[in-house]
Amino acid sequence: MELNARIPSGPIQDKWDKARFEMKLVNPANKRKHSIIVVGSGLAGGSAAASLGELGYNVKCFCFQDSPRRAHSIAAQGGINAAKNYQNDGDSVYRLFYDTVKGGDFRAREANVYRLAQVSVNIIDQCVAQGVPFAREYGGALANRSFGGAQVSRTFYARGQTGQQLLLGAYQALERQVQAGTVQMFPRTEMLDLIVIDGHARGIVTRNLVTGDIDTHLADAVILGSGGYGNVFYLSTNAKGSNATAVWRAHKRGALFANPCFTQIHPTCIPVSGDYQSKLTLMSESLRNDGRIWVPKKKGDKRPPDQIPEDERDYYLERKYPSFGNLVPRDVASRNAKHVCDEGRGVGQTGLGVYLDFSDAIRRLGRKTIEDRYGNLFEMYERITDEDPYKVPMRIYPAIHYTMGGLWVDYYLMSTIPGLFVIGEANFSDHGANRLGASALMQGLSDGYFIVPYTVGDYLATNKLEKVNESHPEARNAVACVQQTVQKLLSIKGKRTVDSFHRQLGKIVWDYCGMSRTAEGLETAIAQIRELRDEFWENVNVPGSADDLNQSLEKAARVADFFELAELMCIDARERNESAGGHFREEYQTPDGEAQRDDENYAYVAAWEYRGYGNYPTLQKEPLEFEYVHPSQRSYK
Amino acid sequence: MRVRLKIWRQKSPNTRGQFVSYPVDNVNPDMSMLECLDVLNEQLTENGEEPVAFEHDCREGICGSCGFMINGIAHGPLPATTVCQLTMRHFKDGEELLLEPWRARAFPLIKDLIVDRRAFDRIIASGGYISVSTGSAPDGNTLPVPKEAADRAMDAAACIGCGACVAACPNASSSLFTGAKIAHLGTLPQGKPEKDRRAIRMVTQMNLEGFGGCTNIGECTGVCPKEIPLEVIAAMNRDYLRGNWHARDNVVTTIRPFTEWSYGSKLQIDEQSQS
Repeated sequence: MELNARIPSGPIQDKWDKARFEMKLVNPANKRKHSIIVVGSGLAGGSAAASLGELGYNVKCFCFQDSPRRAHSIAAQGGINAAKNYQNDGDSVYRLFYDTVKGGDFRAREANVYRLAQVSVNIIDQCVAQGVPFAREYGGALANRSFGGAQVSRTFYARGQTGQQLLLGAYQALERQVQAGTVQMFPRTEMLDLIVIDGHARGIVTRNLVTGDIDTHLADAVILGSGGYGNVFYLSTNAKGSNATAVWRAHKRGALFANPCFTQIHPTCIPVSGDYQSKLTLMSESLRNDGRIWVPKKKGDKRPPDQIPEDERDYYLERKYPSFGNLVPRDVASRNAKHVCDEGRGVGQTGLGVYLDFSDAIRRLGRKTIEDRYGNLFEMYERITDEDPYKVPMRIYPAIHYTMGGLWVDYYLMSTIPGLFVIGEANFSDHGANRLGASALMQGLSDGYFIVPYTVGDYLATNKLEKVNESHPEARNAVACVQQTVQKLLSIKGKRTVDSFHRQLGKIVWDYCGMSRTAEGLETAIAQIRELRDEFWENVNVPGSADDLNQSLEKAARVADFFELAELMCIDARERNESAGGHFREEYQTPDGEAQRDDENYAYVAAWEYRGYGNYPTLQKEPLEFEYVHPSQRSYK
Repeated sequence: MRVRLKIWRQKSPNTRGQFVSYPVDNVNPDMSMLECLDVLNEQLTENGEEPVAFEHDCREGICGSCGFMINGIAHGPLPATTVCQLTMRHFKDGEELLLEPWRARAFPLIKDLIVDRRAFDRIIASGGYISVSTGSAPDGNTLPVPKEAADRAMDAAACIGCGACVAACPNASSSLFTGAKIAHLGTLPQGKPEKDRRAIRMVTQMNLEGFGGCTNIGECTGVCPKEIPLEVIAAMNRDYLRGNWHARDNVVTTIRPFTEWSYGSKLQIDEQSQS
């Protein structure tokens, strides 16, 4: 299979205009005759379903939650970037493009990133018109802040709940289309397979999570906006229900999976406190603006923090990176926290934590200022840990937060299966090997509101699709596969719970394919994952039946897919013999311990083709060319 | 610590439910209420029983999926906290906790602690939006929004749609939920053109769903995890009344002669003002 990214020719600033002009249009009167399936109702899926409904297509939108408003986009805190230059501080579309390509450690596609930066300005306008209550200045203008170490203030925000407000905007637009009759909403319905007929994506097989019914839904195009796969790690900042089943089943039907090893670890999360822990809670990275990170200089120093004198503390980020200090990017901050904990200098009962200390800031600025800036975060920390961060330094530890990898898509966001489009975190396209803060919301909405509504139209206008019905052999085959998996999971009746397998899988992936990786460790991980997967299919215990609401069954099917995806992540990480962004291979580092890219051999997108379970997947490479932003070594010393 | 969980178990809407009591030992005070249920569910699965079905997703208090009554209080005893962020240290060692689902006619039960809250989606679909299609928006700074208005709108917009307000209300009214959306959109200049229509349609839909009326008890705001203020209900009532009044204006499009009734009432008013 030859990968063709279909990047339009011409100067980068004209590519999207050119592509839009060259796209074929669907006659307005014919739009309602086309049906489109959207899987997922988050920022990407929700905004795509709403926009396609507005255009007049016949849309079916699916989510596993009880309402489209629950999608995990809702949990994003910090903000959304846009190149508005409202602050007159020198921002521009080109600067946002440049920052994003560089921040992604030169592993993203330039043309896509440029388009993202272009479209970013429309997103803010759209959201304001919808009534998203963005923060304002006293004069009534939109407020901005600088975020994630950016040199310009381009982040728009709604308190600490930007994701919630943007999602509710998309949700309301979606419900407006539900009322208008253009979108049919299917909550508590999970996609379990993709139907491919004559090489084109033509529908999905779903399970109704309340009645257990397995249904076929056919359409002229399928859009996946089902989010990322951070829950492979079991403990992550993702919602408990977030899963990779939709993308993984599409992958098994022929869609290539790109850069699975590019995962992001967020440095400021509340540490694990026990075996029962079900998820990790993130605290905004803005805390690093005033907090100082340190650990004791001595190994195994168990004294309470206030009894460790100043000269026995190691402010390791300030020591190693004097110019950026505590504000180094996410990947660097996370890796260093892991190093000091590995040395035995971690704090807290588990030894997996570092201090984030505000006592200097409180002394310098006064408690009031700190309260104004971080009051709600301090409150949340105290609610969870029962410690008062005004008096005792916070303890933080990195956690999996976002996955840059995903299904491979071309410039038109179409996967290697014609008619299957992938948007938002579910695709691989815009963040390269590391995502910058406040860029995920931007990408989800850009794909959903402004890109896929055009490109799907072009696909429908240029492809003559035969009418198909549910009795087509491919549709019946997909239904049979789903039923077989469900029955198999219920019939094993083994001794171990689904969660116990998931937890163990997460530990393997975290230990060997987490913050730092080695060839040897990855091979160990692959072997262990295979072994555990075999045990899962022989010894898992899924209680209940298939014909009612059965949360254990839902989890089991998702974990079964995580096993296969985890293996692919390790294979990809093993194959990429360089360090880039969130992918740090210990063998490839500079003399002073920083990530060492290998642009000569690895400036490509690794897209993997499924070859059946147990067979090594086939690697396809999409070479990346950097015409505008010249690759350089990231340095924060 | 150890607790005893007395939980409402009901297999399906059509079967009879009952409380079943389960001891949970080895409760860590740092674990959340939902993690405590996870521990119980692991035990139940290992013993060959069906685990307790409960709704949850983000587990950081923002998605609005989770929620049930603990000892008669929606989301439990800690103010401004959903059950996913409620840690067990707030309960006493050996305490018995009664867990039951939201109870309201408009929230039919699905299984155990899970209810169907689609009525909320239908209320939003009836008018809880600003009718602007993708692509038609002017520049974001074209319309200045006073900071105070943006802040007030945000206070109302913080609603997570969990349904605790309905569960806590003796009338099972959803006025706090509906009012929050009406207040959020009605406070912003962008939302003004549809203000009347929105209030009329959302309130009508709310009544159609079978929620009760508001009698100003205030339990809703007391249990609200986002502390949505009671004022949003006043905003809803104001907009609804004004909307109906304006709607009446719009119906009378021609000038008609005085009827006997209006003539009479006018006279009465005149007499009163003279006396």
